[in-house]
Amino acid sequence: MEKRVTFKGKKLPLLLILPQVIITAVFFFWPAGQAIYQSAFIPDPFGLKSQFVGFDNFTFLLSDKYYLAAFTTTAIFSSLVTVVSMGVALWLALMADRIIKGSSAYRTLLIWPYAVAPAVAGVLWLFLFSPNIGLASWYLEKLGYQWNHTLNGGEAMGLVVLASAWGRISYNFLFFLAGLQAIPKSVIEAAAIDGAHFWRRFWTIVFPLLSPTTFFLLVVNIVYAFFETFGVIHTITSGGPQQSTTILVYKVFSDGFVGQDLGSSAAQSVILLLVVGLLTILQFKFIERRVHY
Amino acid sequence: MSTVTLKSVSKSYGKVKVIHGVDVAINDKEFVVVVGPSGCGKSTMLRMIAGLETITDGDLFIDDNRVNELEPMDRNIAMVFQNYALYPHMSVYDNMAYSLKLAKLAKSDIQDRVNKAAELLQLSEYLDRKPRQLSGGQRQRVAMGRAIVRKPAVFLFDEPLSNLDAKLRVQMRLEIRKLQRELGVTSVYVTHDQVEAMTLGDRLMVLNDGVVEQFGTPIELYEQPATLFVAEFIGSPSMNIVSANANGHQLTLTNGTQLESSTSASGPVMLGIRPEHIVQDTTGNLLVDTGMVEQLGSNTLVHGTLSDDNTPVVYSLPGIHTEQSLGEKMRLGVSQDSIHLFNSDTGQRIMS
Amino acid sequence: MSGMVEKTGLGAWMTHLSLILGILAICFPIYLAFVASTVNQSDLIRPPMPIVPGDQFIANYKDALFRGINAPVWQMLLNSMIMALGIAIGKIIISLMSAFAIVYFRFPLRNVFFWLIFLTLMLPVEVRIVPTYEVVASFKMLNSYSGLILPLVASATATFLFRQFYMTVPDELAEAARVDGARPMQFFIDILLPMSRTNIAALFVILFIYGWNQYLWPLLITTDPNMNTIVMGIKQMFPSGDDVPNWPVIMATALLAMLPPVCVVVFMQNLFVKGLVETEK
Repeated sequence: MEKRVTFKGKKLPLLLILPQVIITAVFFFWPAGQAIYQSAFIPDPFGLKSQFVGFDNFTFLLSDKYYLAAFTTTAIFSSLVTVVSMGVALWLALMADRIIKGSSAYRTLLIWPYAVAPAVAGVLWLFLFSPNIGLASWYLEKLGYQWNHTLNGGEAMGLVVLASAWGRISYNFLFFLAGLQAIPKSVIEAAAIDGAHFWRRFWTIVFPLLSPTTFFLLVVNIVYAFFETFGVIHTITSGGPQQSTTILVYKVFSDGFVGQDLGSSAAQSVILLLVVGLLTILQFKFIERRVHY
Repeated sequence: MSTVTLKSVSKSYGKVKVIHGVDVAINDKEFVVVVGPSGCGKSTMLRMIAGLETITDGDLFIDDNRVNELEPMDRNIAMVFQNYALYPHMSVYDNMAYSLKLAKLAKSDIQDRVNKAAELLQLSEYLDRKPRQLSGGQRQRVAMGRAIVRKPAVFLFDEPLSNLDAKLRVQMRLEIRKLQRELGVTSVYVTHDQVEAMTLGDRLMVLNDGVVEQFGTPIELYEQPATLFVAEFIGSPSMNIVSANANGHQLTLTNGTQLESSTSASGPVMLGIRPEHIVQDTTGNLLVDTGMVEQLGSNTLVHGTLSDDNTPVVYSLPGIHTEQSLGEKMRLGVSQDSIHLFNSDTGQRIMS
Repeated sequence: MSGMVEKTGLGAWMTHLSLILGILAICFPIYLAFVASTVNQSDLIRPPMPIVPGDQFIANYKDALFRGINAPVWQMLLNSMIMALGIAIGKIIISLMSAFAIVYFRFPLRNVFFWLIFLTLMLPVEVRIVPTYEVVASFKMLNSYSGLILPLVASATATFLFRQFYMTVPDELAEAARVDGARPMQFFIDILLPMSRTNIAALFVILFIYGWNQYLWPLLITTDPNMNTIVMGIKQMFPSGDDVPNWPVIMATALLAMLPPVCVVVFMQNLFVKGLVETEK
């Protein structure tokens, strides 16, 4: 798509686009290039020289059981976050969509948690489930369950999933509600007249018509769980216990900044780059599909 | 004093030539309408005059200045766009005043000019409104006002009435004509509507595939179309065109009917007769099978075919008729002066 | 309007009930944080904690705002505000300009630049933290506002949003402006910018929240507590080792940290929704 009208001049447009190009080059492409470059080197133990090692960093990573574990952790973590937050949001959206009066009031009450930073969400849930003083862990103890996510990896995973999914409900709710409201009422009324009950209507009509929204949210939520949940994990578990909540992004951070293993961290960045690229392509495929609707 | 002169002006997009060497001189205070079917290049031509499209070849003069390379703003022209192109976030006043502000006119001067234009266009009470709060006709007037305030040498109109409903179009057509007379500004007006063209223009330029078919007064175009294209394009309903064989003043139609023409020719020709020039005549030579009848009140359109032939013939009879009252077959006549002859290969008019 | 057939009587009550329960469940952690920010530390370390607000509201917030733990919270709020505004305004300005150049001009390397910007869609800051950190460090921008803001300012999303919007602006408008005598920058400022108002506002809401909620980046480049942003500063308030955190002050800080973006979402709800939908297109 191109404009018919264009203004003359070559200097002005270059001047206009320059700020973005410079910032992009300095803070995006240079670092990305650095990451690719560094991924082919291993620094010597004193940090004075680097030795070229080709793909060794990658082959090492792919045989490193901690790194592979981080892959599994990321997969489990992001599927759980996606399923939980989308499930709850869909349920709430279905309910809100059934209401004619006052649904905007519910919307207001449900969307504001979007503004709570993941790191802040982490602190809130940490407080609730703090082994010593948390209200939730206290009640769990009353019920005979000893909660301590600082020792139990499964509990730690549960808690970061909960905190991450919590922050995402608003976003998913908004899109589901919009998707639901875009379904023509007549289609659903026709089904109701045909005698379909709520659940039957939902599975046979509403859910299929909602599938573009669902697919879109699926991709967006996976991206969210991959990258933006860093704050949750850092505040609640710092990747532990025993790396049980170390997702890929967290590992890039801990190997690069805490462990100072730059070559490995750079190689991990490159792998993540590929993952993001894949997800982006998926997203574009989706946009293409949506055009057909 | 403002004239617009095009000297073998042409326009190409890459290898595709859309305007083929147009030579036209537009006089001071003249209202010229460029008319043609969509895609004929009429808008491109207007936009070249405006400076919105570059001129591939040839020269464009406004008065005595060659303006090929000048920016639109330096050509002293004003343009009214098809969809008005009003700035949606500005009030009516600001829309009209924008060009004057850019030209750094004094505030009092701007106020003066805008108020005068608003009065002329009956917009005075809407000056504070935004375009979206106006009706189609009012937006059209604002677009005109924006052109007027600049006191340009030339007005350019790009199908300015095509977004209005039929009734409003007739009214605005008259207003534009009146305004142009009052202001006495040279104007070029593009339209695909031949009725609009006939009623508005001092002279009409019929454009077809980037070529000027004819440039003349509406009546010249009606009475003496220079080409088959003009003959068919001007007039409603369109001129009947049938092929015939000429032998001097004697014409023989495909079904053998003999007609007499004041123009002489020889060999195969295209023969044109306007529907309104065909009359009921019991001694006439044309025998037609009457078909569908359209009653328009003041007259009746009959869609018939030549007897023994399937060539369609449309004719207009004064008064009210029905298929029953006209009968299955009719005998019709044509005066020899109202027969137009065209070269069947080139489509050019054959002069006596 | 409503997508599902409306229920009456019992069904409607059930619908409202599940919504209200959902909202209560979602709001509960925040309510509890509020309660914790209004009581004494001693009320919290002996579980179960109270579930109604106490009387220490003013004391705790005063303590957090003006004393804090590593740095007074007002300082962190100010840092966050500068960072969020810097990112939002910076992104909007450079994107408005670059989109204008891409849509309304033909110039050498236009397509190259377009694709360069486009590619940044695929490079979230989390992926390139270590080398970006090194770049910023080499510019001596650690512990500075420019270091907080600049690496996050370039964004393809905003550029694309404005490009899409400019494409919908009728060509005749630019032509009319040219005939009226407007030069490119006059068209940009007088016509295009005012027409982009709602888009700018919607994007601002989204970008403000995005900037405010940044965590990893400020964590890396601000080692000086006085440069901490509030969102990352909260974590720094936890003591290392087994000491008991000062929960009332931490919770007061958490609530202060969410207050500005939550206000933005609630008070500019429609712009926020528009912004969300459009940036995800």
